[in-house]
Amino acid sequence: MNFIYEHLLLVILFFPTLAALVMLFLPAGENKLLRWFAFGASLVPFILSVWLWTQFDPNVAGYQFEAQYPWYEALHSSLHLGVDGLSLTMVMLTTLLTPIALLASFSINDRVKAYMMLFLFLETGMLGVFMAVDLLIFFVFWEVGLVPMYFLINQWGSPKGEREVRSIFGKFTMSARNYASLKFMIYTMGGSLGLLLAVQMLGVLFGNYDLQYITANWSGYTKDLMGISVSTVKTVAFWAFVIAFAVKVPLWPFHTWLPDAHTEAPTAGSMILAGVLLKLGAYGFLRLVLPLYPAEAKYFAGALAFLATAAIVFGAFASFGQTDFKRLVAYSSVNHMGFVVLGIAAAASAVGTQDATIALNGAVLQMFNHGLSAAGMFFLVGVIYERTHTRNLDDFGGLFPLVPVYGGILIFTRMASLGLPGLNGFISEFLVVRGSLPLLPVYTAVSMLGLLMTGAYILKGIKQVLHGPLNEHWAHGEHKLTEINTREILVMAPLMILILVIGLWPAWILDVINKAMMMLF
Amino acid sequence: MTTETLIWLIPLPPALAFFLIVLFTNKNKALSHTVGVGAAVLSWLASMVVFFRALSVEHLGEHPFVSSVNWLPTGDTWFRIGVAIDPLGAAVLFFVSITIFMIFLYSVGYHNFGQPAGDHDRKGLPPHGATVTDEHGHQHVVPSVEPMYSRFFAFLGLFAFGMYTLVVSDNLLTLFVGWEIMGLCSYLLIGFWYGKPSARAAAIKAFMTTRIGDVFMLLGIGLLYSLTGTLNFREIFGNEELMHTLATPGTTLFGLSLAGLIALLLFIGTVGKSAQWPLHVWLPDAMEGPTPVSAMIHAATMVSAGVYAVIRMFPLLSLDHNTMTVVAFIGTFTAIFAATIAVAQNDIKRVLAYSTISQLGFMIAALGIGAYVAAAFHLVTHAFFKALLFLGSGSVIHGMEHGVLHTGNHSVDPQDMFNMGGLRKKMPITFWTFLIGGFALSGFPLLTAGFWSKDEILADAWANGHLAVFITLATAAFLTAFYTMRQITLTFLGEPRTKEAEHAQETPWTMTVPLMVLSVFAIGYGWVGIPEDFPLLGGLLPSWFHEFVGGTLAEHPEVIPFNPVPLTVSLVVALGGLLLGWLYYRNVNSAKEDFFQIPLLKNKYHFDEAYQVVFIGPVIWLSEVFTKWADQGVIDGILHFFGPATGGIGAFIRNKIDLPIINEFIGDGLAAVTQETGRTLRPIQTGRIQQYMMLSLVILAVVGALLYFMLGAGL
Repeated sequence: MNFIYEHLLLVILFFPTLAALVMLFLPAGENKLLRWFAFGASLVPFILSVWLWTQFDPNVAGYQFEAQYPWYEALHSSLHLGVDGLSLTMVMLTTLLTPIALLASFSINDRVKAYMMLFLFLETGMLGVFMAVDLLIFFVFWEVGLVPMYFLINQWGSPKGEREVRSIFGKFTMSARNYASLKFMIYTMGGSLGLLLAVQMLGVLFGNYDLQYITANWSGYTKDLMGISVSTVKTVAFWAFVIAFAVKVPLWPFHTWLPDAHTEAPTAGSMILAGVLLKLGAYGFLRLVLPLYPAEAKYFAGALAFLATAAIVFGAFASFGQTDFKRLVAYSSVNHMGFVVLGIAAAASAVGTQDATIALNGAVLQMFNHGLSAAGMFFLVGVIYERTHTRNLDDFGGLFPLVPVYGGILIFTRMASLGLPGLNGFISEFLVVRGSLPLLPVYTAVSMLGLLMTGAYILKGIKQVLHGPLNEHWAHGEHKLTEINTREILVMAPLMILILVIGLWPAWILDVINKAMMMLF
Repeated sequence: MTTETLIWLIPLPPALAFFLIVLFTNKNKALSHTVGVGAAVLSWLASMVVFFRALSVEHLGEHPFVSSVNWLPTGDTWFRIGVAIDPLGAAVLFFVSITIFMIFLYSVGYHNFGQPAGDHDRKGLPPHGATVTDEHGHQHVVPSVEPMYSRFFAFLGLFAFGMYTLVVSDNLLTLFVGWEIMGLCSYLLIGFWYGKPSARAAAIKAFMTTRIGDVFMLLGIGLLYSLTGTLNFREIFGNEELMHTLATPGTTLFGLSLAGLIALLLFIGTVGKSAQWPLHVWLPDAMEGPTPVSAMIHAATMVSAGVYAVIRMFPLLSLDHNTMTVVAFIGTFTAIFAATIAVAQNDIKRVLAYSTISQLGFMIAALGIGAYVAAAFHLVTHAFFKALLFLGSGSVIHGMEHGVLHTGNHSVDPQDMFNMGGLRKKMPITFWTFLIGGFALSGFPLLTAGFWSKDEILADAWANGHLAVFITLATAAFLTAFYTMRQITLTFLGEPRTKEAEHAQETPWTMTVPLMVLSVFAIGYGWVGIPEDFPLLGGLLPSWFHEFVGGTLAEHPEVIPFNPVPLTVSLVVALGGLLLGWLYYRNVNSAKEDFFQIPLLKNKYHFDEAYQVVFIGPVIWLSEVFTKWADQGVIDGILHFFGPATGGIGAFIRNKIDLPIINEFIGDGLAAVTQETGRTLRPIQTGRIQQYMMLSLVILAVVGALLYFMLGAGL
């Protein structure tokens, strides 16, 4: 027990990988065993994170549970792990959503072993990013997470669908999931090329990759580099960081990979993609961009806010324009994550003020909240897709009397996503608006248009699926729509409980975030 | 239990009822309504205790009941939320708790509890009636119970929770929470019969229209919070220095002061919630909800929340003269605008819907001219008599539906007033109570509550020299009396115009008792606000309302001295409107004979169509055409450049460099050279040891010689 406590982060980080390796030796055909094993294994990091949460002292500045293991001595890069209030919240989100996503995957029957293993690898990849206190390790885990997700989309994504690729060189078609996975992979990797270069530059300059050391020295660094003025270098490096994270968040106009990837991914893949992977980008902004480039972030805050507002507004409009249920939900992520970046941009413009702290509180809480509601929404889309094999909103209609429980859960989750007061989304959006309004009044006011359209697309989803005259196709015979089952309710239950609890009593989590933000910035 | 604890507890029972019904009792109708009504009773009892304790406190305005807790950490400080009951809060709590209790009770009868399940009833559609066979073997069609009976009580519970939260809040944020929860309930209840496309559309329209107001309100809340560091009413209004800074004129857009800008933003929220022009369009369509219970929620109680919010923010609102003018204009215009539309409506509920918009306009106008107490007074009296009228109209429709089921002719619209007539004999309780409600709405002199509150608004407008407001409101009051009498005459007086009206039937006690209770207040509540110097009647009863609610403000509002002009005007318009309405409509028997069926009015001045073209069309274009073009055309187009371009570069490298140069020249070339060399050298590979030995010796000699000379040279 003592060993686990001392190496708690290491255990949480690599337990999923270990479990995946053990799965290698389990019999391939035993789907039930494989599912329960993977699910059980993913509960361990969750329980340990809860323990971590209880042991964590929010009043202490800096990283806690720090541990350093040798990794690449020659480069002075080590496996340096640690958590503060910001990363702790994200670790919690990851270890919570993974078992939920695995439980949601029990309906997968195709190559269960490989599927479950990929998911466990994915969890390690995501956790590594949140725990890393070493730039190189950060980058390694950043890229590691891509691989399992690529295969999950490419192999287990929706089998139907073709995508026509048009460009000035002519057009050709490829399978939709192939297109989506490729776009996701290449776009994210392409976006992080600059990040890699910038990280290497810092590593060369300081002789190590330790995040704390670099943060302390880089922002005050004034000597010219390689004959180029330091301000130019910093500006270029700043944008290299920003673009890598902007693709991931995603900010407008780097967002077009998202609707494709989310739509084609298997249900649980979309849950994790929206629930956690997008947070990696926002986390990058908070962990690296603001601390490393405070001056540049302040100077370019308006530009960031512009992109965030564009994401909020265009994301909402685009969502409203969709006829595919899953695409509609996917675009809503663009809209919601825009608020995260708006809060970050506002904070960047006035670090240290109370307004900035409130905006940051809102942004981090919004990351957590969006993780809950987006995961829930993708799951609910998956539930109905599994039964009807269609995602076209026009094929549904009036399903409420057939599936009252599902309908109730759907409305609840949609309302959380809409930001209904009393549920979690409202708290975070209110804090972002409150924090950003005095700092970036015009952008905040324009983003209200997005908030209005949020209502429109959310109601559109409910209207097309649940309300209106019943589509008789689903009422009788072999197509008869069946109610959400117990396992599926169990997937939703923890999400719904958290949505309600945070909406009514946010202080337990917001206090941790607030203190972390106060100490970080 | 301390009063503060009790105030915290008021909103809880309905919220618990919601969860209980949704999670556990939804299969059992009797249990569900017991839980629902029980929760309403508990909240009502608690509210009454709080109200009477509030009455016994001297200077409650200065020492209200308050209690708060930390809620959101904001840097070094906390955002606190809590409850507060001051005189205004107590007065509102009084009418809210009674009307909510009555709605719950009424719903039991309205949704036909105790009746058999319908023959073809489906969830999501109104019940169509059930066939029963009596002891003589005759078959009758009787009303059938609502298939989603339990769900209705769950929604009502959530609604009540929202309303109570709004009233007991001590700050704008939790007020907004209650506000939005009611918005959700209104969406759910308007769309209760979601199987009907019209109900589905109306629900979305209501939610979206009010949301337009809500996002502005959210901005206002954010702005107020960032400027003052708090959203607590007392902390803001009690801070004179702060109020003074906020009131500095001309510091923001359009020359408004900060206070004016914030108040304007908050007021836009009210324009949405209280269905004021130009965001009034949702309320008439909201009548798609179950008649009349949701109608009553939308028209008598929830919309009051909007007015309540502006009354609450009055100290801030009154800091900027320009904002006050806007408020006064919107209110006055809405009052007359909606009244003209009401004259041309034939649906019994729609008349009341427009009348509600118009009456809310009266209250808003009163606030705009600074008549704080009059606005609050009209808010309370209106809630009572409009609730009464809506429940009465529901009772009428219920009775008419009975007639429709009896005759089996479903082409007869049970809500169209021209299909009614003579109902006073069939439904006496409904008739008398409706008459009381209608007279109160018209401002029938001396007896009814509506007279006293409306008269106070007119007197205020006159005394403060707002002549335009006075004339417009007086005209609107005349129209109000006129269309109310039109409604009463067409519905209850004369002879039945259809067979269905002949077979209409009085409704059960659960529906008539609320009517009787509310009619008591529709008359009696006016007497608590009779001005002291009113001829003859003044001073008989203390003018309690003015004293009590006026005490909410730091500066006690002055009592308007009595003036015969506004009194005469309100007597003339009320009685004149009623008389003319009766004289004209007692002879009208069909819509064709009705002079006021003016197309422009019937079509509500074409606002729906105009909004469709000006707002909704462009939004749909932006969503469906523009974003698709931007994302899949432009952005993906650029991205797709990279794929084939990379492929092109790859192909170039392969075809122009790899294949010819590396493969053919270097790769194949080297191989060819090697091969050729090998082939040339093959003859020396004879396989004979002697030759190899010989060769080795020769090479050894040559290398040895070379080494000798080179090393020797080096040495």
